[in-house]
Amino acid sequence: MTVTPHTFGLRRPMIACATALVGLTLAGTASAEMARVQDPGLQPYTINGAEISEPLTAEPGDAKRGKALFINRKMGNCLTCHTAPIPEEDFHGNVGPDLAGVGSRMTAAELRLRLVDAKALLPESLMPSFYRTAGLRQVKKDFVGKPILKAQEIEDVIAYLQTLK
Amino acid sequence: MGAKRFGGLAATILAMTLAVPAFASDAKDDPLAAYRSGEMYSGYVTGDPSSREIQDDDMMNPSFLWVDKAAELWTTADGTAGKSCADCHGDVESLKGAATKYPTTDAATGKFMNVELKINDCRERQMGAAPFKFESDELLGMTTLVKLQSRGMPMNIDITGPNEKWFKKGEEFYFTSRGQLDLACADCHITNEGMYMRAEKLSQGQPNGFPTYRMKWQKLGSLHRRMRGCNDNIRAEKLKGLGEDYLAVETYISWRASGLPVETPSVRK
Ligand code: HEC
Ligand code: HEC
Ligand code: HEC
Repeated sequence: MTVTPHTFGLRRPMIACATALVGLTLAGTASAEMARVQDPGLQPYTINGAEISEPLTAEPGDAKRGKALFINRKMGNCLTCHTAPIPEEDFHGNVGPDLAGVGSRMTAAELRLRLVDAKALLPESLMPSFYRTAGLRQVKKDFVGKPILKAQEIEDVIAYLQTLK
Repeated sequence: MGAKRFGGLAATILAMTLAVPAFASDAKDDPLAAYRSGEMYSGYVTGDPSSREIQDDDMMNPSFLWVDKAAELWTTADGTAGKSCADCHGDVESLKGAATKYPTTDAATGKFMNVELKINDCRERQMGAAPFKFESDELLGMTTLVKLQSRGMPMNIDITGPNEKWFKKGEEFYFTSRGQLDLACADCHITNEGMYMRAEKLSQGQPNGFPTYRMKWQKLGSLHRRMRGCNDNIRAEKLKGLGEDYLAVETYISWRASGLPVETPSVRK
């Protein structure tokens, strides 16, 4: 297992390396290699191929809280870029794919990596890394050292996404 | 980021050179043709109909309240020299076309300036008056009055010689992601132009209509104010209005807007 902390200024090389690992794993040429990641002030987690298998918290995610976080413009704000089966909310974005049925397409472990650090899957991804504090530039003072969503909030959003069957 | 930046730039240049002939043939069928140049288009094209309607009518466009005040200032003496703009420049129409080349390196001082900074340069060097403050009604109004003299004329930015380093710095900024959301200007205004973020249809983020009257602001506002807002939305620190970073970005996006007509004062929601 390789330990790859997010260090300032080394974000991109680290990502390139994590992507290479994912590529290898998917190609089936290596026995599932893993990368351990720890950003300052956050829980460490292990990327295993395209997944983070272990939940970030002991408390299971709550889908109801997750839906509220998904909608809230100051929290997940997922509707900025995504359409989702939430007809009571006006104006869904279309920068990312429609999330209807995403709970059937993706496992909780896959959703976890997607939310925690989409750029570990796809370095050019436009989707923000919701659980990350390192390697960012010009961050507004109030948000320095803070992830967009806390560990429990990530688990809550995953629980909600899993209801989208 | 490197590959993406140069890919984006190459695509932009390609688009700008290749698309011109296509544009010429479509022009007569397209009611918005005046707001396009090749692959480039102004925010008017993606704008909402009610904002467009107000922009189309100078009597309805609230920006002209600032323009009228600026026209009074134009003839008002100020500073230790006791001169007004009009004393040297005569009618403001004498500045027709001047705004299309800004930002640029000022011939008289060798400094790099946009229209705002050039106005303040005249105030300081020619009039012995204090510069107008960033985002003050005076500076917004005078900038609008000066740019209005070039309305309809194509933006024409020189990025060679001493301007080149400003262009490069601005391009670098434009393609570098920043803020807690880790997004670059280009992510929204190049990669996703035409897509929706909630109710907002992403345009190319063109500068040719500034200062702009924004419904959300309920007043006239500068390009640098808009950039501060775009930084704030991705939870990035807002940088100094009229500071070097935004001046460099203004250079890059004004070059990108080459060929688009000056549209000042535009109206947006
Ligand atoms: C700035 C735009 C943006 C925001 C905000 C955003 N996403 Fe995404 N998302 C994308 C894009 C673009 C993709 C497509 C793949 C890629 O480019 O990474 C994507 C892909 C996804 C996928 C994979 C879907 C699939 O079918 O493959 C999921 C799940 C997802 N996003 C969930 C979310 C959730 C949940 C949130 C809010 C917490 C969110 N996204 C916020 C842009 C965004
Ligand atoms: C998260 C997406 C996003 C990012 C990143 C972003 N903008 Fe914007 N910007 C918008 C939206 C939304 C609007 C309003 C709709 C439109 O015209 O695109 C806008 C509008 C603008 C406008 C006004 C266009 C007009 O016609 O009035 C300019 C200029 C602009 N942006 C420049 C920038 C610059 C420069 C950057 C980088 C510092 C930037 N934007 C980053 C989303 C973004
Ligand atoms: C004492 C004479 C004098 C006064 C007063 C004066 N200017 Fe100027 N201005 C000049 C001269 C000379 C130039 C060109 C050479 C230079 O910049 O030194 C110039 C250049 C300019 C330009 C750039 C034109 C171009 O083609 O690039 C603008 C814009 C401008 N002035 C605006 C103003 C405004 C607005 C005022 C009033 C606030 C003002 N000036 C007051 C003498 C003056």
